[in-house]
Amino acid sequence: MTSIALKNVSKRYGAHEVIPGLDLEIEAGELVVFVGPSGCGKSTLLRLIAGLEDVSSGQLLIDGRDATRLPPAQRGLSMVFQSYALYPHMSVRDNIAFPLKMARRSKSVIERKVNDAARVLNLQEYLDRKPRELSGGQRQRVAIGRAIVREPVAFLFDEPLSNLDAALRVNMRMEIAGLHQQLGATMIYVTHDQVEAMTLADRIVVLNAGRVEQVGTPLELYRSPATLFVAGFIGSPRMNLLGGFEARQYGAATIGIRPEHVALSSSEGRWRGKVSLAEHLGSDTFVYVDVDGLGTITVRTTGDVDVRPGDSLWVTPEETCLHRFDEHGRAIRQGPPQRH
Amino acid sequence: MASIHSRATARLMLSPAVILLLVWMAAPLVMTLWYSLHDYQLLMPRGNPFLGLENYAYFLSDPGFLQSIGNTFMLVMGVLLITVVCGVGLALLLDQPMYGRGVVRVLVVAPFFVMPTVSALVWKNMFMNPVNGLFAWMAQMFGADAIDWLAQVPLLSLTLIVAWGWLPFATLILLTALQSLDTEQKEAAEMDGANAWARFLHITLPHLSRAITVVILIQTIFLLSLFAEIFVTTNGGPGTQSSNLAYLVYSHALLRFDVGSASAGGVIAVVAANILALLLMRLVGKSLEV
Amino acid sequence: MTARATDRQRKLAFTFVAWAVATLIFFPILWTVLTSFKTEADAVAIPPKFLFFDWTTDNYAEVWERTDYLRHFRNSVIISLGSSLIGLCIAIPAAWALAFSPTRRTRGVLMWMLSTKMLPAVGVLVPIYLLFKRAGLLDTRTGLVIVLMLSNLPIMVWMLFTYFKEIPRDILEAARMDGATPGRELLHILTPMALPGIASTLLLNVILAWNESFWTLNLTAASTGPLTAFIASFSAPEGLFYAKLSAASTLAIAPIVILGWLSQKQLVRGLTFGAVK
Repeated sequence: MTSIALKNVSKRYGAHEVIPGLDLEIEAGELVVFVGPSGCGKSTLLRLIAGLEDVSSGQLLIDGRDATRLPPAQRGLSMVFQSYALYPHMSVRDNIAFPLKMARRSKSVIERKVNDAARVLNLQEYLDRKPRELSGGQRQRVAIGRAIVREPVAFLFDEPLSNLDAALRVNMRMEIAGLHQQLGATMIYVTHDQVEAMTLADRIVVLNAGRVEQVGTPLELYRSPATLFVAGFIGSPRMNLLGGFEARQYGAATIGIRPEHVALSSSEGRWRGKVSLAEHLGSDTFVYVDVDGLGTITVRTTGDVDVRPGDSLWVTPEETCLHRFDEHGRAIRQGPPQRH
Repeated sequence: MASIHSRATARLMLSPAVILLLVWMAAPLVMTLWYSLHDYQLLMPRGNPFLGLENYAYFLSDPGFLQSIGNTFMLVMGVLLITVVCGVGLALLLDQPMYGRGVVRVLVVAPFFVMPTVSALVWKNMFMNPVNGLFAWMAQMFGADAIDWLAQVPLLSLTLIVAWGWLPFATLILLTALQSLDTEQKEAAEMDGANAWARFLHITLPHLSRAITVVILIQTIFLLSLFAEIFVTTNGGPGTQSSNLAYLVYSHALLRFDVGSASAGGVIAVVAANILALLLMRLVGKSLEV
Repeated sequence: MTARATDRQRKLAFTFVAWAVATLIFFPILWTVLTSFKTEADAVAIPPKFLFFDWTTDNYAEVWERTDYLRHFRNSVIISLGSSLIGLCIAIPAAWALAFSPTRRTRGVLMWMLSTKMLPAVGVLVPIYLLFKRAGLLDTRTGLVIVLMLSNLPIMVWMLFTYFKEIPRDILEAARMDGATPGRELLHILTPMALPGIASTLLLNVILAWNESFWTLNLTAASTGPLTAFIASFSAPEGLFYAKLSAASTLAIAPIVILGWLSQKQLVRGLTFGAVK
């Protein structure tokens, strides 16, 4: 088990700064998810750790040892690529065996390890096929197999599920989580999908424009987002964000309230509005209410509520659950969110 | 660090090709330019006095010059027209369900691989010959007079011969492009009430436009320097009726041994081709992914 | 059921039309091959004899014995293969650099290379002719190998570039992560992935060089000429024996037509520089 630490790591392409000095500690055995919108630098960060890109300045420590200038293969890391990056001309067996061959392991060791990996990943039947004869999920498993056999000190995943369909994605997500529990290895996982991040991560690193917005467990991020960006990014449906007069009443530039913390009523409440859309998911209902002067408020309520577009309703935020942000988008923590 | 190193390696890997092409293109061009300004007769070595633009004047006043420009244009255009139009038709035909498509494809493609001297001689002797050619026999069967194709309509004959060789190329490319057309698009158009002609016009043809521009670009490159077919059939004649610019330059250089005027012709050909190339690159450059 | 029947009818109709058109297009080649088995008298007979004539192989025997077919064939092989192989040695590193270390100038370099191909050969005919004469390269195979190599170099770089560009960078990075040294990366990953592209580039350029007939006609005389020049010598009136011309022609085109049939697929993407696949 291995810890990874980044100390003031930055990355520039010419004059363009993708990652301005960044500090991060990843503890041994942790599954850390880098999440953020596209272009936030999460993939670049992963590639810096992998050694596929050179760090412009700063230091990368793997298990306390400086790995900043080590070539990728000597860092002891395995990577699973978004495109899987399987070698098209090699069979599944040869694909998985490749890193072992490069490490000049003996034939018997290679054979045993490949078979072990194939068993873990349910690939025994496909060992002699070529990648093009496999389905997306199977290819994904081969890529993971190739990563496992090296017994790396840590695994890196670069959006590994984005090429799979929704049902398969849920399955593979569970498989990766299971793998993490089974191996107990340090894993870094990059995704733009906040649901993936929430379900997989021990800790989430939210990135925005190359900067760390917040680091924390999924629930910490959900319950107390440190910035407006995190508040808007984590959680689905999105947190309702209100500015202007309503926010000033609470001494904030912006206030936020999660959809499940808004109550619906047909008779009384804080704001009155008209339902523009009601999504019945069975277990829940998402109601979108247009409130004059405020915009659309999203409400999450029980599955059996009977609401139709055009209905006139009252919505009321639960004041204890309000999030307050200052004009720089930072969360205001002092004092209870009370109306002045 | 690593990237700087690899950039230097990349430059090193690229340079032999770039330097060779630069020398291959620039050195002879400079020489052509120099010859074109001097009096240079291969058979009468008498020093090479500077002539200024006299060679150009001489070449431009060659009665065959304007005709050769026109012929070059007609040949290129004629062949392009035939190959693109017939190529689209053939590609559409070959895209239909049929028995033995593989064999049909092989038969249609074959002419492309026939060397120009062979195709020109076969057409000239066995088809277009006014006495023993198949065309003459066919004309006879219909009671018409046999035509001496290469003497009476040399340019048309050449166009046909060359188009026969390039038609497979256009067909093959257009067919490949056609097969990459998403069937759902066609089905959507059908649902939208488009009939076969409308589907061809609004879906298929736009989809083929990129392939057509590529066909035009590549064929133009080769057609501009058409030579062998003329060389073995008409020798540019009768007179200069079937000389293109390339053939006219050749005749000045290696038939009249007048290096100076041939060089002037070469320079003119290069300038003309450059203008055309510039236009085409504008047109097609976008179609090539870099 | 009726829909099925009309589908079948449609298919039959298309089959008929397509075969008719294909035969028409192929006919000159077919006719050449047929004529090559006729006597000279049958070859010029009017009305023409299509299948019912005295089949004979005398023409082939005569072309084989009386002419230097074999030497010209050998010249064609040496010139087309030689120019293509040397060209590959220069084009592979260039295309590699363009595909894997792209810079701002990559597009410009590629377009410039293509533009050299648009330069009409007559523009440089005179100086090349004179230079070759002075260097003793006129009428030599070496000279033709050099010229054909240079004139096809842009096409080779382009073709290879489009093939190389399709090798995903991810895979090279995966190999680096898997601990492959540059040498082993080349051996285990790059070569097997690039080989099909290199092979089809070679094939196409052999075909192009085999049929090239501007430089081959202008820079060679009798002895070193490839088949293009050999066939051109039949254009003289004394060479007008249809059956023998047909036999020689068949021999000249057969190897390359067969090679061409095998390379149809690569031909399209190769000659369109990857723009049509």
